[in-house]
Amino acid sequence: MAEREQKKRASPERADEVVEEVPAASAAGDKLKAELDDLLDEIDEVLEDNAEEFVRNYVQKGGE
Amino acid sequence: MAIPKVCGIETEYGIQVVGGDPNPIAASSLLINAYAHDVARQQTEWDFEDEAPGNDARGFAREGSMPPQVETHLVNTVLTNGARFYVDHAHPEFSTPECSDALECVRYDRAGEVVLIRAMEAADLTVRDGSHLVIYKNNSDGKGNSYGTHENYLMDRAAPFTRIVAGVTPHFVTRQIFAGAGKVGAETSVHDGQRVDFQLSQRAEFFEEQVGLETTLKRPIVNTRDEPHADPHRYRRLHVIVGDANLAEVATFLKVGTTSLVLAMIEDDVSGSRSLALADPVTAMHEVALDRTFSRPLRMADGSTATALAIQWELYSLARKYADDRGLECMGAEGIGEEVLSRWENVLNGLETDPMSLAGQLDWVAKLQLIEAYRQRHGCAWDDPRLAALDLQYHDLRPSRSLFARLDTERIVAEASVVAAVVEPPRGTRAWFRGQCLKKWPTAVVTANWDSLVFDLGADPLRRVPMMDPLKGTAEHVEELLNACASPSELLDRLSG
Repeated sequence: MAEREQKKRASPERADEVVEEVPAASAAGDKLKAELDDLLDEIDEVLEDNAEEFVRNYVQKGGE
Repeated sequence: MAIPKVCGIETEYGIQVVGGDPNPIAASSLLINAYAHDVARQQTEWDFEDEAPGNDARGFAREGSMPPQVETHLVNTVLTNGARFYVDHAHPEFSTPECSDALECVRYDRAGEVVLIRAMEAADLTVRDGSHLVIYKNNSDGKGNSYGTHENYLMDRAAPFTRIVAGVTPHFVTRQIFAGAGKVGAETSVHDGQRVDFQLSQRAEFFEEQVGLETTLKRPIVNTRDEPHADPHRYRRLHVIVGDANLAEVATFLKVGTTSLVLAMIEDDVSGSRSLALADPVTAMHEVALDRTFSRPLRMADGSTATALAIQWELYSLARKYADDRGLECMGAEGIGEEVLSRWENVLNGLETDPMSLAGQLDWVAKLQLIEAYRQRHGCAWDDPRLAALDLQYHDLRPSRSLFARLDTERIVAEASVVAAVVEPPRGTRAWFRGQCLKKWPTAVVTANWDSLVFDLGADPLRRVPMMDPLKGTAEHVEELLNACASPSELLDRLSG
Protein backbone atom coordinates (compact mmCIF):
# COMPACT_ATOMS: atom_id res chain seq x y z
CA MET A 1 0.00 0.00 0.00
CA ALA A 2 3.00 2.27 0.42
CA GLU A 3 3.12 2.98 -3.28
CA ARG A 4 -0.32 4.57 -3.32
CA GLU A 5 -1.07 8.15 -2.62
CA GLN A 6 -3.68 7.91 0.05
CA LYS A 7 -6.19 10.70 0.21
CA LYS A 8 -7.76 10.40 3.59
CA ARG A 9 -10.93 12.25 4.18
CA ALA A 10 -12.73 12.55 7.42
CA SER A 11 -16.31 12.44 6.31
CA PRO A 12 -18.12 10.51 3.61
CA GLU A 13 -20.72 13.25 3.41
CA ARG A 14 -21.00 14.70 -0.02
CA ALA A 15 -21.65 18.31 0.95
CA ASP A 16 -18.48 18.46 3.03
CA GLU A 17 -16.45 17.00 0.23
CA VAL A 18 -17.27 19.76 -2.22
CA VAL A 19 -15.98 22.42 0.11
CA GLU A 20 -12.94 20.46 1.10
CA GLU A 21 -11.83 19.13 -2.27
CA VAL A 22 -12.37 21.82 -4.82
CA PRO A 23 -9.64 24.33 -3.96
CA ALA A 24 -6.93 21.68 -4.01
CA ALA A 25 -8.24 20.21 -7.24
CA SER A 26 -8.33 23.61 -8.95
CA ALA A 27 -4.80 24.37 -7.82
CA ALA A 28 -3.74 21.12 -9.41
CA GLY A 29 -5.62 22.18 -12.53
CA ASP A 30 -3.77 25.51 -12.66
CA LYS A 31 -0.47 23.74 -12.33
CA LEU A 32 -1.47 21.46 -15.19
CA LYS A 33 -2.38 24.47 -17.30
CA ALA A 34 1.03 26.00 -16.77
CA GLU A 35 2.58 22.71 -17.79
CA LEU A 36 0.27 22.57 -20.79
CA ASP A 37 1.74 25.82 -22.04
CA ASP A 38 5.17 24.22 -22.01
CA LEU A 39 3.73 21.14 -23.61
CA LEU A 40 2.12 23.15 -26.41
CA ASP A 41 5.53 24.56 -27.23
CA GLU A 42 6.79 21.02 -27.53
CA ILE A 43 3.82 19.63 -29.42
CA ASP A 44 4.48 21.46 -32.66
CA GLU A 45 7.79 19.65 -32.80
CA VAL A 46 6.43 16.26 -31.78
CA LEU A 47 3.16 16.27 -33.71
CA GLU A 48 3.32 14.29 -36.94
CA ASP A 49 4.28 16.63 -39.78
CA ASN A 50 1.30 16.35 -42.06
CA ALA A 51 -1.67 15.99 -39.73
CA GLU A 52 -4.17 15.35 -42.48
CA GLU A 53 -2.13 12.59 -44.08
CA PHE A 54 -1.18 11.12 -40.72
CA VAL A 55 -4.83 10.82 -39.70
CA ARG A 56 -5.93 9.57 -43.12
CA ASN A 57 -3.30 6.82 -43.13
CA TYR A 58 -4.32 5.44 -39.78
CA VAL A 59 -6.72 2.68 -40.84
CA GLN A 60 -7.34 -0.38 -38.69
CA LYS A 61 -9.29 -3.53 -39.18
CA GLY A 62 -12.04 -4.10 -36.65
CA GLY A 63 -11.07 -6.50 -33.92
CA GLU A 64 -12.43 -8.38 -30.94
CA MET B 1 -21.18 -13.04 0.48
CA ALA B 2 -19.75 -11.85 -2.80
CA ILE B 3 -16.76 -13.88 -3.97
CA PRO B 4 -13.36 -12.23 -4.53
CA LYS B 5 -13.48 -10.05 -7.61
CA VAL B 6 -10.57 -11.52 -9.53
CA CYS B 7 -10.18 -9.34 -12.61
CA GLY B 8 -8.18 -8.76 -15.75
CA ILE B 9 -8.00 -6.55 -18.85
CA GLU B 10 -7.47 -7.62 -22.47
CA THR B 11 -6.29 -4.87 -24.79
CA GLU B 12 -6.23 -5.01 -28.56
CA TYR B 13 -3.71 -2.42 -29.62
CA GLY B 14 -3.82 -0.43 -32.81
CA ILE B 15 -0.85 -1.23 -35.06
CA GLN B 16 0.57 0.63 -38.02
CA VAL B 17 3.52 -0.09 -40.25
CA VAL B 18 5.24 3.06 -41.42
CA GLY B 19 7.13 2.61 -44.68
CA GLY B 20 6.67 -1.14 -45.12
CA ASP B 21 4.23 -3.99 -45.74
CA PRO B 22 1.00 -2.66 -44.22
CA ASN B 23 -0.47 -6.12 -43.48
CA PRO B 24 -1.52 -5.84 -39.81
CA ILE B 25 -1.54 -9.60 -39.19
CA ALA B 26 2.03 -9.96 -40.45
CA ALA B 27 3.06 -6.90 -38.44
CA SER B 28 1.39 -8.18 -35.26
CA SER B 29 3.10 -11.56 -35.69
CA LEU B 30 6.46 -9.88 -36.22
CA LEU B 31 5.91 -7.81 -33.11
CA ILE B 32 5.01 -10.71 -30.84
CA ASN B 33 7.66 -13.04 -32.24
CA ALA B 34 10.26 -10.35 -31.69
CA TYR B 35 9.19 -10.09 -28.07
CA ALA B 36 9.02 -13.84 -27.45
CA HIS B 37 12.37 -14.60 -29.12
CA ASP B 38 14.46 -11.51 -28.48
CA VAL B 39 13.11 -10.02 -25.27
CA ALA B 40 11.43 -12.73 -23.19
CA ARG B 41 13.41 -15.60 -24.82
CA GLN B 42 10.55 -17.90 -24.22
CA GLN B 43 8.28 -19.87 -26.50
CA THR B 44 5.54 -21.60 -24.57
CA GLU B 45 2.47 -21.56 -26.75
CA TRP B 46 -1.14 -21.04 -25.91
CA ASP B 47 -3.30 -24.15 -25.58
CA PHE B 48 -6.75 -23.91 -27.18
CA GLU B 49 -8.26 -26.89 -25.38
CA ASP B 50 -11.53 -25.86 -23.68
CA GLU B 51 -12.03 -22.58 -25.50
CA ALA B 52 -15.71 -22.04 -26.24
CA PRO B 53 -16.33 -18.37 -26.99
CA GLY B 54 -19.69 -19.25 -28.57
CA ASN B 55 -21.39 -20.36 -25.37
CA ASP B 56 -24.10 -17.99 -24.26
CA ALA B 57 -24.63 -17.01 -20.64
CA ARG B 58 -28.38 -16.86 -21.16
CA GLY B 59 -28.29 -20.62 -21.55
CA PHE B 60 -28.84 -21.02 -25.28
CA ALA B 61 -26.40 -21.66 -28.06
CA ARG B 62 -25.62 -19.46 -31.05
CA GLU B 63 -29.17 -18.46 -32.14
CA GLY B 64 -27.92 -17.49 -35.56
CA SER B 65 -25.28 -15.18 -34.12
CA MET B 66 -21.64 -15.32 -35.05
CA PRO B 67 -19.38 -16.61 -32.32
CA PRO B 68 -15.85 -15.30 -32.59
CA GLN B 69 -13.51 -17.58 -34.50
CA VAL B 70 -10.43 -18.79 -32.70
CA GLU B 71 -7.48 -18.47 -35.01
CA THR B 72 -5.17 -21.24 -33.99
CA HIS B 73 -2.55 -20.55 -36.63
CA LEU B 74 -1.60 -17.13 -35.33
CA VAL B 75 1.21 -16.31 -32.93
CA ASN B 76 0.20 -16.95 -29.38
CA THR B 77 2.46 -16.86 -26.35
CA VAL B 78 2.22 -17.07 -22.60
CA LEU B 79 4.54 -14.92 -20.50
CA THR B 80 6.16 -15.58 -17.14
CA ASN B 81 3.94 -12.94 -15.54
CA GLY B 82 0.99 -15.17 -16.40
CA ALA B 83 -0.22 -12.94 -19.25
CA ARG B 84 -1.16 -13.95 -22.77
CA PHE B 85 0.38 -12.02 -25.66
CA TYR B 86 -0.94 -12.90 -29.10
CA VAL B 87 -2.35 -11.92 -32.46
CA ASP B 88 -6.10 -11.47 -32.33
CA HIS B 89 -7.62 -10.83 -35.74
CA ALA B 90 -5.49 -7.99 -37.03
CA HIS B 91 -4.21 -6.65 -33.72
CA PRO B 92 -1.61 -7.50 -31.11
CA GLU B 93 -3.46 -8.29 -27.89
CA PHE B 94 -2.17 -8.37 -24.35
CA SER B 95 -4.32 -10.10 -21.73
CA THR B 96 -3.24 -9.41 -18.18
CA PRO B 97 -2.97 -12.37 -15.84
CA GLU B 98 -5.76 -12.84 -13.31
CA CYS B 99 -5.36 -10.05 -10.74
CA SER B 100 -6.62 -9.94 -7.16
CA ASP B 101 -7.93 -6.39 -7.27
CA ALA B 102 -8.27 -3.17 -9.23
CA LEU B 103 -4.87 -1.78 -8.22
CA GLU B 104 -3.07 -4.94 -9.29
CA CYS B 105 -5.05 -4.78 -12.51
CA VAL B 106 -3.70 -1.27 -13.14
CA ARG B 107 -0.17 -2.54 -12.53
CA TYR B 108 -0.52 -5.40 -15.05
CA ASP B 109 -2.31 -3.23 -17.58
CA ARG B 110 0.66 -0.87 -17.38
CA ALA B 111 3.04 -3.83 -17.59
CA GLY B 112 1.26 -4.65 -20.84
CA GLU B 113 2.20 -1.22 -22.19
CA VAL B 114 5.83 -1.89 -21.28
CA VAL B 115 5.68 -5.25 -23.08
CA LEU B 116 4.27 -3.58 -26.19
CA ILE B 117 6.94 -0.86 -26.11
CA ARG B 118 9.73 -3.42 -25.75
CA ALA B 119 8.17 -5.56 -28.48
CA MET B 120 7.97 -2.56 -30.81
CA GLU B 121 11.63 -1.72 -30.23
CA ALA B 122 12.70 -5.35 -30.75
CA ALA B 123 10.62 -5.65 -33.93
CA ASP B 124 12.12 -2.48 -35.39
CA LEU B 125 15.59 -4.00 -34.95
CA THR B 126 14.65 -7.11 -36.94
CA VAL B 127 13.31 -5.37 -40.05
CA ARG B 128 15.87 -4.14 -42.52
CA ASP B 129 13.74 -2.23 -45.00
CA GLY B 130 13.67 1.05 -43.06
CA SER B 131 10.10 0.53 -41.92
CA HIS B 132 8.96 0.73 -38.33
CA LEU B 133 5.94 -0.21 -36.24
CA VAL B 134 3.78 2.17 -34.27
CA ILE B 135 1.48 0.87 -31.53
CA TYR B 136 -1.51 2.78 -30.24
CA LYS B 137 -3.46 2.07 -27.07
CA ASN B 138 -6.84 3.24 -28.29
CA ASN B 139 -10.07 1.74 -29.61
CA SER B 140 -10.82 3.13 -33.03
CA ASP B 141 -9.24 4.49 -36.17
CA GLY B 142 -11.70 7.38 -36.44
CA LYS B 143 -13.15 5.83 -39.60
CA GLY B 144 -15.69 3.47 -38.13
CA ASN B 145 -13.37 0.59 -37.24
CA SER B 146 -13.23 -0.31 -33.57
CA TYR B 147 -11.17 -2.81 -31.61
CA GLY B 148 -11.72 -3.71 -28.03
CA THR B 149 -10.48 -3.37 -24.53
CA HIS B 150 -12.26 -6.05 -22.56
CA GLU B 151 -12.46 -6.54 -18.83
CA ASN B 152 -13.13 -9.84 -17.09
CA TYR B 153 -14.52 -10.34 -13.61
CA LEU B 154 -14.91 -13.54 -11.60
CA MET B 155 -18.48 -14.01 -10.47
CA ASP B 156 -20.44 -16.51 -8.47
CA ARG B 157 -22.40 -18.81 -10.78
CA ALA B 158 -25.29 -18.57 -8.31
CA ALA B 159 -26.03 -14.97 -9.34
CA PRO B 160 -28.72 -15.18 -12.04
CA PHE B 161 -27.63 -13.70 -15.35
CA THR B 162 -30.82 -11.63 -15.67
CA ARG B 163 -29.98 -9.93 -12.37
CA ILE B 164 -26.46 -9.22 -13.62
CA VAL B 165 -27.81 -7.63 -16.82
CA ALA B 166 -30.30 -5.46 -14.94
CA GLY B 167 -27.82 -4.43 -12.26
CA VAL B 168 -24.81 -3.67 -14.40
CA THR B 169 -26.43 -1.93 -17.39
CA PRO B 170 -26.94 1.47 -15.69
CA HIS B 171 -23.28 1.39 -14.63
CA PHE B 172 -22.03 0.48 -18.09
CA VAL B 173 -24.08 3.25 -19.68
CA THR B 174 -22.86 5.94 -17.28
CA ARG B 175 -19.37 5.01 -16.05
CA GLN B 176 -17.91 6.56 -19.22
CA ILE B 177 -18.20 9.95 -17.49
CA PHE B 178 -15.00 9.01 -15.68
CA ALA B 179 -13.77 5.93 -17.57
CA GLY B 180 -14.05 7.28 -21.13
CA ALA B 181 -10.85 7.95 -23.06
CA GLY B 182 -12.32 10.79 -25.11
CA LYS B 183 -12.56 11.18 -28.87
CA VAL B 184 -12.64 14.01 -31.38
CA GLY B 185 -15.71 13.78 -33.64
CA ALA B 186 -17.94 10.85 -34.51
CA GLU B 187 -17.55 7.94 -36.92
CA THR B 188 -20.82 6.02 -37.00
CA SER B 189 -24.34 7.04 -37.96
CA VAL B 190 -25.75 7.06 -34.41
CA HIS B 191 -25.24 10.80 -34.01
CA ASP B 192 -26.46 11.71 -37.50
CA GLY B 193 -27.92 15.17 -37.64
CA GLN B 194 -26.00 16.37 -34.59
CA ARG B 195 -22.77 18.26 -34.57
CA VAL B 196 -20.24 16.21 -32.62
CA ASP B 197 -17.03 17.94 -31.56
CA PHE B 198 -15.93 15.58 -28.85
CA GLN B 199 -17.20 12.45 -27.12
CA LEU B 200 -16.40 11.17 -23.64
CA SER B 201 -15.93 7.64 -24.93
CA GLN B 202 -14.14 6.08 -27.88
CA ARG B 203 -16.44 3.09 -27.85
CA ALA B 204 -19.92 4.26 -26.87
CA GLU B 205 -21.16 4.95 -30.38
CA PHE B 206 -20.32 1.39 -31.47
CA PHE B 207 -22.92 -0.21 -29.19
CA GLU B 208 -26.22 -1.24 -30.72
CA GLU B 209 -27.85 -3.81 -28.41
CA GLN B 210 -28.39 -4.19 -24.69
CA VAL B 211 -27.52 -7.88 -24.42
CA GLY B 212 -25.88 -10.32 -26.80
CA LEU B 213 -23.05 -12.62 -27.73
CA GLU B 214 -21.32 -10.62 -30.45
CA THR B 215 -18.24 -8.48 -30.01
CA THR B 216 -17.61 -7.27 -33.57
CA LEU B 217 -21.08 -6.66 -34.98
CA LYS B 218 -24.14 -5.27 -33.24
CA ARG B 219 -22.07 -4.90 -30.10
CA PRO B 220 -24.07 -5.40 -26.90
CA ILE B 221 -23.69 -3.39 -23.67
CA VAL B 222 -23.72 -6.67 -21.74
CA ASN B 223 -21.86 -9.46 -23.47
CA THR B 224 -23.19 -12.95 -22.85
CA ARG B 225 -20.09 -14.98 -23.67
CA ASP B 226 -20.16 -17.82 -21.18
CA GLU B 227 -16.64 -19.15 -21.13
CA PRO B 228 -15.59 -19.18 -17.47
CA HIS B 229 -12.08 -20.65 -17.93
CA ALA B 230 -12.81 -22.15 -14.51
CA ASP B 231 -15.19 -24.61 -12.87
CA PRO B 232 -18.45 -23.71 -14.64
CA HIS B 233 -20.59 -24.96 -11.77
CA ARG B 234 -19.13 -22.46 -9.33
CA TYR B 235 -17.93 -19.57 -11.44
CA ARG B 236 -18.86 -17.19 -14.17
CA ARG B 237 -16.46 -14.86 -15.94
CA LEU B 238 -18.30 -11.68 -16.83
CA HIS B 239 -16.78 -10.52 -20.11
CA VAL B 240 -17.12 -6.76 -20.40
CA ILE B 241 -16.72 -5.15 -23.80
CA VAL B 242 -18.04 -1.59 -23.27
CA GLY B 243 -14.81 -0.09 -21.95
CA ASP B 244 -12.25 2.21 -23.52
CA ALA B 245 -8.51 1.60 -23.26
CA ASN B 246 -7.26 3.95 -20.57
CA LEU B 247 -3.80 5.40 -20.22
CA ALA B 248 -4.56 7.36 -17.04
CA GLU B 249 -4.02 5.00 -14.12
CA VAL B 250 -6.75 6.53 -11.99
CA ALA B 251 -9.24 5.98 -14.82
CA THR B 252 -8.29 2.30 -15.12
CA PHE B 253 -8.45 1.90 -11.34
CA LEU B 254 -11.92 3.43 -11.20
CA LYS B 255 -13.20 1.55 -14.24
CA VAL B 256 -12.24 -1.80 -12.74
CA GLY B 257 -12.82 -0.90 -9.09
CA THR B 258 -16.32 0.56 -9.44
CA THR B 259 -17.37 -2.29 -11.72
CA SER B 260 -16.06 -4.86 -9.21
CA LEU B 261 -18.10 -3.17 -6.50
CA VAL B 262 -21.27 -3.04 -8.58
CA LEU B 263 -20.87 -6.74 -9.41
CA ALA B 264 -20.31 -7.61 -5.75
CA MET B 265 -23.57 -5.84 -4.89
CA ILE B 266 -25.34 -7.80 -7.63
CA GLU B 267 -24.03 -11.07 -6.19
CA ASP B 268 -25.30 -10.06 -2.77
CA ASP B 269 -28.58 -8.91 -4.32
CA VAL B 270 -28.27 -5.37 -2.97
CA SER B 271 -30.28 -2.68 -4.70
CA GLY B 272 -31.62 0.73 -3.77
CA SER B 273 -35.20 1.87 -3.35
CA ARG B 274 -35.07 3.59 -6.71
CA SER B 275 -34.85 1.46 -9.85
CA LEU B 276 -31.97 2.50 -12.09
CA ALA B 277 -33.38 0.70 -15.13
CA LEU B 278 -33.10 2.89 -18.23
CA ALA B 279 -35.88 3.03 -20.79
CA ASP B 280 -33.43 2.73 -23.69
CA PRO B 281 -29.89 1.91 -22.50
CA VAL B 282 -28.35 1.95 -25.99
CA THR B 283 -29.59 5.42 -26.87
CA ALA B 284 -28.71 6.61 -23.37
CA MET B 285 -25.16 5.37 -23.84
CA HIS B 286 -24.82 7.40 -27.04
CA GLU B 287 -26.32 10.46 -25.35
CA VAL B 288 -24.04 10.27 -22.33
CA ALA B 289 -21.00 10.24 -24.61
CA LEU B 290 -22.00 13.63 -26.04
CA ASP B 291 -22.87 15.34 -22.78
CA ARG B 292 -19.93 17.14 -21.20
CA THR B 293 -22.18 18.73 -18.60
CA PHE B 294 -23.70 15.43 -17.42
CA SER B 295 -27.02 17.24 -17.17
CA ARG B 296 -28.88 15.61 -20.04
CA PRO B 297 -31.91 13.80 -18.61
CA LEU B 298 -31.98 10.12 -19.54
CA ARG B 299 -35.33 8.39 -19.79
CA MET B 300 -35.82 5.78 -17.10
CA ALA B 301 -37.97 2.68 -17.43
CA ASP B 302 -40.38 3.96 -14.76
CA GLY B 303 -41.12 7.11 -16.72
CA SER B 304 -38.90 9.42 -14.68
CA THR B 305 -35.59 10.89 -15.83
CA ALA B 306 -32.09 10.89 -14.36
CA THR B 307 -28.75 12.30 -15.43
CA ALA B 308 -25.65 10.14 -15.85
CA LEU B 309 -24.12 11.86 -12.85
CA ALA B 310 -27.22 11.20 -10.73
CA ILE B 311 -27.11 7.51 -11.66
CA GLN B 312 -23.45 7.37 -10.69
CA TRP B 313 -24.17 9.12 -7.37
CA GLU B 314 -26.92 6.60 -6.70
CA LEU B 315 -24.57 3.67 -7.41
CA TYR B 316 -21.87 5.26 -5.29
CA SER B 317 -24.23 5.79 -2.33
CA LEU B 318 -25.44 2.22 -2.61
CA ALA B 319 -21.84 0.98 -2.64
CA ARG B 320 -20.91 3.17 0.33
CA LYS B 321 -23.76 1.67 2.33
CA TYR B 322 -22.93 -1.83 1.11
CA ALA B 323 -19.35 -1.36 2.31
CA ASP B 324 -20.51 -0.15 5.73
CA ASP B 325 -22.96 -3.04 6.12
CA ARG B 326 -20.97 -5.93 4.69
CA GLY B 327 -17.36 -4.91 4.38
CA LEU B 328 -15.13 -4.88 1.31
CA GLU B 329 -13.27 -8.15 1.61
CA CYS B 330 -14.18 -9.22 -1.94
CA MET B 331 -12.34 -6.16 -3.30
CA GLY B 332 -8.88 -7.63 -2.75
CA ALA B 333 -5.94 -6.36 -0.72
CA GLU B 334 -6.49 -4.36 2.47
CA GLY B 335 -7.71 -0.85 1.76
CA ILE B 336 -8.44 -1.28 -1.96
CA GLY B 337 -12.21 -1.19 -1.59
CA GLU B 338 -12.03 1.98 0.51
CA GLU B 339 -9.67 3.55 -2.00
CA VAL B 340 -12.13 2.80 -4.82
CA LEU B 341 -14.96 4.40 -2.85
CA SER B 342 -13.01 7.49 -1.91
CA ARG B 343 -11.72 8.07 -5.44
CA TRP B 344 -15.15 7.36 -6.90
CA GLU B 345 -16.68 10.02 -4.64
CA ASN B 346 -13.84 12.38 -5.45
CA VAL B 347 -14.31 12.19 -9.24
CA LEU B 348 -18.09 12.51 -9.01
CA ASN B 349 -17.58 15.66 -6.94
CA GLY B 350 -15.07 16.92 -9.47
CA LEU B 351 -17.36 16.20 -12.42
CA GLU B 352 -20.16 18.02 -10.64
CA THR B 353 -18.22 21.15 -9.74
CA ASP B 354 -15.23 21.53 -12.06
CA PRO B 355 -14.64 18.68 -14.53
CA MET B 356 -11.42 20.18 -15.86
CA SER B 357 -9.92 19.82 -12.39
CA LEU B 358 -9.76 16.09 -13.14
CA ALA B 359 -7.29 16.47 -16.03
CA GLY B 360 -4.63 14.82 -13.93
CA GLN B 361 -6.79 11.76 -13.35
CA LEU B 362 -9.10 11.02 -16.27
CA ASP B 363 -8.21 10.42 -19.92
CA TRP B 364 -11.08 12.25 -21.56
CA VAL B 365 -10.48 15.35 -19.45
CA ALA B 366 -6.72 15.27 -20.01
CA LYS B 367 -7.26 14.92 -23.76
CA LEU B 368 -9.94 17.61 -23.91
CA GLN B 369 -7.81 20.04 -21.93
CA LEU B 370 -4.91 19.49 -24.29
CA ILE B 371 -7.12 19.94 -27.33
CA GLU B 372 -8.78 23.08 -25.96
CA ALA B 373 -5.39 24.60 -25.18
CA TYR B 374 -4.19 23.76 -28.68
CA ARG B 375 -7.34 25.22 -30.25
CA GLN B 376 -6.89 28.44 -28.32
CA ARG B 377 -3.30 28.83 -29.30
CA HIS B 378 -3.75 28.00 -32.98
CA GLY B 379 -7.32 29.16 -33.42
CA CYS B 380 -8.43 25.95 -35.10
CA ALA B 381 -11.97 24.74 -35.61
CA TRP B 382 -13.09 21.35 -34.33
CA ASP B 383 -12.78 19.77 -37.78
CA ASP B 384 -9.14 20.79 -38.12
CA PRO B 385 -7.16 17.60 -38.88
CA ARG B 386 -4.55 18.66 -36.32
CA LEU B 387 -7.08 17.94 -33.57
CA ALA B 388 -7.71 14.44 -34.86
CA ALA B 389 -3.94 14.03 -35.02
CA LEU B 390 -3.61 15.14 -31.39
CA ASP B 391 -6.31 12.65 -30.43
CA LEU B 392 -4.51 9.80 -32.18
CA GLN B 393 -1.10 10.75 -30.91
CA TYR B 394 -2.37 10.92 -27.33
CA HIS B 395 -2.48 7.10 -27.55
CA ASP B 396 0.86 6.55 -29.35
CA LEU B 397 2.91 4.25 -27.11
CA ARG B 398 6.31 5.42 -28.36
CA PRO B 399 7.87 7.43 -25.55
CA SER B 400 9.28 9.89 -28.10
CA ARG B 401 5.84 10.60 -29.57
CA SER B 402 3.25 9.87 -26.91
CA LEU B 403 1.29 12.97 -25.92
CA PHE B 404 -0.17 11.23 -22.87
CA ALA B 405 3.33 10.55 -21.55
CA ARG B 406 4.01 14.30 -21.64
CA LEU B 407 1.10 15.09 -19.36
CA ASP B 408 1.51 15.13 -15.64
CA THR B 409 -1.16 12.59 -14.72
CA GLU B 410 -1.30 10.93 -11.33
CA ARG B 411 0.48 7.61 -11.00
CA ILE B 412 -0.90 5.14 -8.49
CA VAL B 413 1.46 2.23 -9.12
CA ALA B 414 5.19 2.61 -8.65
CA GLU B 415 7.17 2.38 -11.89
CA ALA B 416 9.47 -0.27 -10.38
CA SER B 417 6.47 -2.46 -9.56
CA VAL B 418 5.24 -2.12 -13.16
CA VAL B 419 8.62 -3.19 -14.50
CA ALA B 420 8.64 -6.15 -12.08
CA ALA B 421 5.13 -7.08 -13.27
CA VAL B 422 6.48 -7.53 -16.80
CA VAL B 423 8.04 -10.81 -15.66
CA GLU B 424 6.56 -11.62 -12.23
CA PRO B 425 3.03 -13.03 -11.88
CA PRO B 426 0.47 -11.76 -9.35
CA ARG B 427 0.78 -13.64 -6.04
CA GLY B 428 -2.89 -13.99 -5.19
CA THR B 429 -4.36 -15.98 -8.09
CA ARG B 430 -3.59 -19.12 -10.12
CA ALA B 431 -1.54 -16.86 -12.43
CA TRP B 432 1.20 -17.34 -9.86
CA PHE B 433 1.44 -21.09 -10.52
CA ARG B 434 1.31 -20.57 -14.30
CA GLY B 435 3.97 -17.88 -14.28
CA GLN B 436 6.33 -19.59 -11.86
CA CYS B 437 6.21 -22.91 -13.73
CA LEU B 438 7.00 -21.08 -16.98
CA LYS B 439 9.88 -19.32 -15.29
CA LYS B 440 11.28 -22.41 -13.61
CA TRP B 441 10.80 -24.93 -16.41
CA PRO B 442 10.40 -23.02 -19.67
CA THR B 443 11.07 -26.03 -21.89
CA ALA B 444 8.97 -28.55 -19.93
CA VAL B 445 5.78 -26.47 -20.09
CA VAL B 446 4.80 -26.99 -23.71
CA THR B 447 1.48 -25.20 -23.71
CA ALA B 448 -0.53 -23.19 -21.23
CA ASN B 449 -3.89 -21.52 -21.03
CA TRP B 450 -6.05 -19.90 -18.36
CA ASP B 451 -7.12 -23.13 -16.69
CA SER B 452 -4.34 -25.65 -17.33
CA LEU B 453 -0.66 -26.25 -18.00
CA VAL B 454 0.68 -29.07 -20.17
CA PHE B 455 4.07 -30.56 -19.30
CA ASP B 456 6.33 -32.60 -21.56
CA LEU B 457 8.55 -34.73 -19.36
CA GLY B 458 10.30 -36.54 -22.18
CA ALA B 459 9.46 -40.23 -22.31
CA ASP B 460 5.97 -40.12 -20.78
CA PRO B 461 2.84 -38.85 -22.50
CA LEU B 462 2.12 -35.14 -22.08
CA ARG B 463 0.68 -34.36 -18.65
CA ARG B 464 -2.03 -31.75 -18.17
CA VAL B 465 -2.33 -29.96 -14.83
CA PRO B 466 -5.83 -28.48 -14.51
CA MET B 467 -6.28 -25.18 -12.66
CA MET B 468 -10.04 -24.87 -12.53
CA ASP B 469 -10.09 -22.52 -9.56
CA PRO B 470 -8.68 -19.01 -10.16
CA LEU B 471 -8.24 -18.63 -6.40
CA LYS B 472 -5.94 -21.66 -6.07
CA GLY B 473 -2.35 -22.02 -7.21
CA THR B 474 -1.53 -18.78 -5.43
CA ALA B 475 1.86 -18.05 -3.85
CA GLU B 476 0.33 -18.84 -0.50
CA HIS B 477 -0.78 -22.26 -1.72
CA VAL B 478 2.12 -23.48 -3.80
CA GLU B 479 5.22 -21.35 -3.24
CA GLU B 480 6.68 -23.79 -0.76
CA LEU B 481 5.88 -26.76 -2.96
CA LEU B 482 7.42 -25.17 -6.05
CA ASN B 483 10.55 -24.18 -4.15
CA ALA B 484 10.90 -27.74 -2.89
CA CYS B 485 10.67 -29.35 -6.33
CA ALA B 486 13.90 -29.74 -8.26
CA SER B 487 12.23 -30.89 -11.47
CA PRO B 488 8.83 -30.76 -13.17
CA SER B 489 8.43 -34.52 -12.76
CA GLU B 490 8.88 -34.14 -9.03
CA LEU B 491 6.20 -31.43 -9.05
CA LEU B 492 3.78 -33.63 -10.98
CA ASP B 493 4.47 -36.60 -8.70
CA ARG B 494 3.76 -34.52 -5.63
CA LEU B 495 0.66 -32.94 -7.17
CA SER B 496 -0.82 -36.32 -8.08
CA GLY B 497 0.41 -38.04 -4.93
